[in-house]
Amino acid sequence: MGNRSIVPFGPQHPVLPEPIHLDLVVEDEKVVEAIPSIGFIHRGLEHIVKKKDFNDYVYVAERVCGICSFMHGMSYCEAVERVMDVDIPERAKYLRTIWCEMSRIHSHMLWLGLLADAFGFESLFYQCWRMREKILDMFEMSTGGRVIFSVNKVGGVLRDMDHEMLSNFIKQFDDMEKDIIELTNVFLEDYTVNTRLRDVGILTKEQGLELGVVGPMMRASGIAFDTRKLKYAAYEWIDVEPVVATEGDCYARTYVRIKEIFQAFDIIRQAVKQIPDGEIAIKAKGMPNGEAFVRVEQPRGEAIYYVKGNGTKFLDRFRVRTPTFANIPSLLETTKGAQLADVPILILTIDPCISCTER
Amino acid sequence: MREEYKIIELQPERLVDTAMRLKRDLYRLVQICAVRIESGYELTYSFAKEYEFLNYRLVINEDVVVTSISGVFETAFLYENEMKDLFGVNIDLINLDYKGNLYRIEKPTPYKE
Repeated sequence: MGNRSIVPFGPQHPVLPEPIHLDLVVEDEKVVEAIPSIGFIHRGLEHIVKKKDFNDYVYVAERVCGICSFMHGMSYCEAVERVMDVDIPERAKYLRTIWCEMSRIHSHMLWLGLLADAFGFESLFYQCWRMREKILDMFEMSTGGRVIFSVNKVGGVLRDMDHEMLSNFIKQFDDMEKDIIELTNVFLEDYTVNTRLRDVGILTKEQGLELGVVGPMMRASGIAFDTRKLKYAAYEWIDVEPVVATEGDCYARTYVRIKEIFQAFDIIRQAVKQIPDGEIAIKAKGMPNGEAFVRVEQPRGEAIYYVKGNGTKFLDRFRVRTPTFANIPSLLETTKGAQLADVPILILTIDPCISCTER
Repeated sequence: MREEYKIIELQPERLVDTAMRLKRDLYRLVQICAVRIESGYELTYSFAKEYEFLNYRLVINEDVVVTSISGVFETAFLYENEMKDLFGVNIDLINLDYKGNLYRIEKPTPYKE
C-alpha cells in the first residue's frame, strides 16, 4: 500500500466555476475514494412555490439554472399544464422544441469549451465559445434574452418566431454546422486530446444501470435511453434516436455530446419544416388541483419535475430532480482508481451543474 | 401525447422489500420526493426501467422512522439526506448519513413548516 492521504478538491477550483467539494482519498497519485460535499449554493427555490402565484413561478423556475433556464421554465409549465389538463397549441409545442434544441447546442458548446480549457487547449476553448455566441445571438433575436428568456407561460409561449426568422436561423445553422464539424474533429481526432480522454474514467453499462446514471453519460456507457422518446413538447412528431457509444470513458462522453449537437441541428430542421401556423398560447382556466410528474431530456440528461396543486393559486410542492444530482454517484465511482491529475477532466465529463443540483 | 405512469400506495414496512424486488427486476431509482402534509409526510419513490416509470407512495406520520433503501439502491443516500435535511423526515440506516449537513443551511429542516 502506498502513502495514503486526503486531497481536498474544490469548492473553488479552476476547472469548475461552480462549488462542489470532494475529499479525495489518494494512495500516492491514485484515487481510492471520493467523498462528496455539496450545499454551498442551496437557495430553497422549490420552497418559494408556496408563496408565489403558480403563473409567476415560471420566472423562478427559469432561474434554477442559467444554462438550462428555458428547459426548467418549459418543464415546470408542462407539469402544471398536465395537472390542469391543458393541451397547448401545436405551434407552441414546436416553438418549445426549437428553443430546447438550441439550448442543447449552446450547452454542449459551452461544455466543449470548458473541457478544452481543462486540458489546456486555450484556442480550442475560444473557438467553442465563439460558436456558442451565435446561438446566444439567436436567442436574443427570438426571445429578447441571452440567458433567461421568459418565453414560457402556463398554456403555451409568449413569443412567436415568424417564417423569415426561422429560415434565417436554418441558414445560420447550415454555416455553423460546417465550422462545428471542423472544430469537433479536433476533440475526436487530435492525438494529445485523445491521450487525455481515452480510457479515463470508464463507467461500464452495468455500473451505469446500477448507479442510475442519466443523459450523455448514460448513453456513453452503451445505454440507449433518451427521454425525448417520451414525446413531450413536439417530440412526438420528431424523429429522434439516442446517440450511443460503448466505451464509457471520457472520450465516449465527448463523442456523444458532439453527435448530439448535430442531432439538435437535425431536430430543429425537422421542426421548422413541420411547424404549423396558428395560436401560440391558450388561456389556462382555473387553478391547479392534483399532481403530475414530467420527465424531459435536458442537455445533461433526464430531469424530473413534480408539481402538486391544492386548488389555490399557490402550489403545495414543486420538485426538480436534475441530471447532475443523479450523476453524482457515478462521478464518485469513476474517480476510484483514477490518477489525481485526471480528476478535473473526470468531474467535467459529467457536465456538472451545481446551481441546478442544489436549487 | 403524455407519458403514462403509476403511483402505488405502500406501507413503510414494505419499502425495503419492494426496493429489493425492483432492484432484482433491473429497475433504477429515479428520484425520491417528500411533500409536507398536515399529518406528516407524503414520500414518493420513483423507479424506471427503460421507458417505464413507476412510483410508490408512502403516507406517514411525522414521528414514523423510515428505513433507508440506500443498502439496496446505493444512490438513494443523496435523496434521503435531502429529505432529512430539508423536511426533517426520520430516515434510519442511510449508508452515507450527512446528519443534517448535506446542504449548508442556517435553519434546520426549513421545509418542515
